[in-house]
Amino acid sequence: MSVATDTARAVTTTVATGRSKDKSLGSLVFLGLLWFSLFFGVMVLIVLIVSTAISGAPRFDLALLTEHSSRVRPESTGFRAGILGTAWLMAFTALFAVPLGVAAALYLEEFSTQDRWWNRLIEVNLQNLAAVPSIVYGLLAVAVMAVLGFGRAGIVLGGAIALALLILPVIIITTREAVRAVPQEIRQGSLALGATVWQTTWRQTLPSAIPGIATGTILGLSRAIGEAAPLIVVGLAGSVRFDPTGVLSQITALPMQIYSLTSQSQQEFQTAASAAIIVLLVMILGLNALAIFIRNKFQRSW
Amino acid sequence: MSISSSTSAGPSSGTGPPAALDLRAKSRPGETTIRYVLMISALLSVLVTIGIILALIEPVVEFFREVPFGDFFASEGQFAVLPLVAGTAMTTVIALLVAVPLGLGAAMYLSEYASPRTRKVLKPTVELLAGVPSVVYGFFALTFVTPTLLQDILNLEVGFTNALAAGLVLGVMIIPTVASLSEDALSAVPQAIRQGSLAMGANRMQTTVRVVLPAALSGVAAAIVLGMSRAVGETMIVALAAGAQKNLSFDPRDGMQTMTGFIATTAGGENAVGSTSYNTLFAVGMLLFLITLVINIVSISIVRRFRQEY
Repeated sequence: MSVATDTARAVTTTVATGRSKDKSLGSLVFLGLLWFSLFFGVMVLIVLIVSTAISGAPRFDLALLTEHSSRVRPESTGFRAGILGTAWLMAFTALFAVPLGVAAALYLEEFSTQDRWWNRLIEVNLQNLAAVPSIVYGLLAVAVMAVLGFGRAGIVLGGAIALALLILPVIIITTREAVRAVPQEIRQGSLALGATVWQTTWRQTLPSAIPGIATGTILGLSRAIGEAAPLIVVGLAGSVRFDPTGVLSQITALPMQIYSLTSQSQQEFQTAASAAIIVLLVMILGLNALAIFIRNKFQRSW
Repeated sequence: MSISSSTSAGPSSGTGPPAALDLRAKSRPGETTIRYVLMISALLSVLVTIGIILALIEPVVEFFREVPFGDFFASEGQFAVLPLVAGTAMTTVIALLVAVPLGLGAAMYLSEYASPRTRKVLKPTVELLAGVPSVVYGFFALTFVTPTLLQDILNLEVGFTNALAAGLVLGVMIIPTVASLSEDALSAVPQAIRQGSLAMGANRMQTTVRVVLPAALSGVAAAIVLGMSRAVGETMIVALAAGAQKNLSFDPRDGMQTMTGFIATTAGGENAVGSTSYNTLFAVGMLLFLITLVINIVSISIVRRFRQEY
């Protein structure tokens, strides 16, 4: 009896804590393989960063950030246009995608009823949109721009439309999760005091969900910032040599410049591309760190 | 209490006799307007899908008016799409050969072996791989994997661009997709099933491989299918590292252009709007969209079934 209880307790502890007392050769090999698969990706990431940093090291200078691209002086070619272009793109992408995404998520979580066929359609559609290839969003943005009368001009508006469409599903999905995490009691309390559904949503649910929404938005933007494929399709060129001035200004983006540099054979351009990759990775890392900071600092646990 | 029809939606402060209470819902035009605005925002996502199809259909119809169907679905010629499909299939298969075992292994460790605290640290670490831009992966495949890993270390006779390097790096990129979703599926298997297996004398490895994995198989399948969809649709890695020539050789050491690679290369070049070569872009884009649509629907319906199991 007591042996059985002890064994049962040991097994339960093992299951609960994940500690394995199993020491047979097969199990150890298996565990080793699992460890390998877990750390393989991390190893690749380290090799990628280290090899890129080494080849880009000669170009970690201020000119990389402040100069425009130059074919004549490859040793001091810079990414000013790309960095500014990426900043403009991100601002307008967020401007388009966040209000739309949050509104859609609020409707789906707070107002819709699951048994209506169109609400189920929206659900399945969102799941599909999240997995549509990014280059297809580029083709869609080309069509939208053609309707607006701009064609494939490679301007801020076109790029921002493509990227906003791309990250819209991400923002909707993460906002829904954030809204869903707000406990039902808060809504019920508000409704019981006489607030309408919208008042409850606007004054109680939404403020409580803002850290989650901000995190989701930033993660969406950190996906958009590295995208080059839809930007190629909407006609952004890699060789813009002026600062963006407005929403209709021709621009380039950092990933676009990296892409166009890879077709140059001179070693200096490869070095500059490596250095630019490090800049891009630092930007993405910064965005992710910001997201984690917001999540840890502001997220309430109910 | 009178029924207020004003747009201000605040609670009425009137205090009528209790007998005259009107319990019908008030009509609130402001609320209704907001509700419809939000609903339109949500419907916009459906509009995006319809927009994609509409945006593609017109140039595609124009394309097939000039190029016969047989010339498109041919293995040779200017408009042949089959070499591109073969290139996509080749890189996707290589990517899955990398990502399925590694992603599944990582998922099994995270779900069955790691303590909750370890999982909390390791899962985001694996997901970091998904945050690296694809153009960076493409550059890595072109400047490190092909010359250093494949040519110098493994002594393979590969071209400057080849399907092997692109597929390998593509596989690394989709590891997080496979791992993360498989981990969710494995974790969703009820603890009682594990305890039952352990109580019968199976060790942890046997429990993981023979009990938990089969129980979560549909979720794992959905994860793999979704990873496949990512691999098919990924552009920059294959545009940079897989090559820009149509090739139906099925030799991963050769350069092979994929569907997405073709769109990127053609869109980057000079093509007059409305020309046949410009419309080819949309024809290939349509085919790509349809292929990923089918894959996604398969994945979504697998997830549906798996959710009903427990």
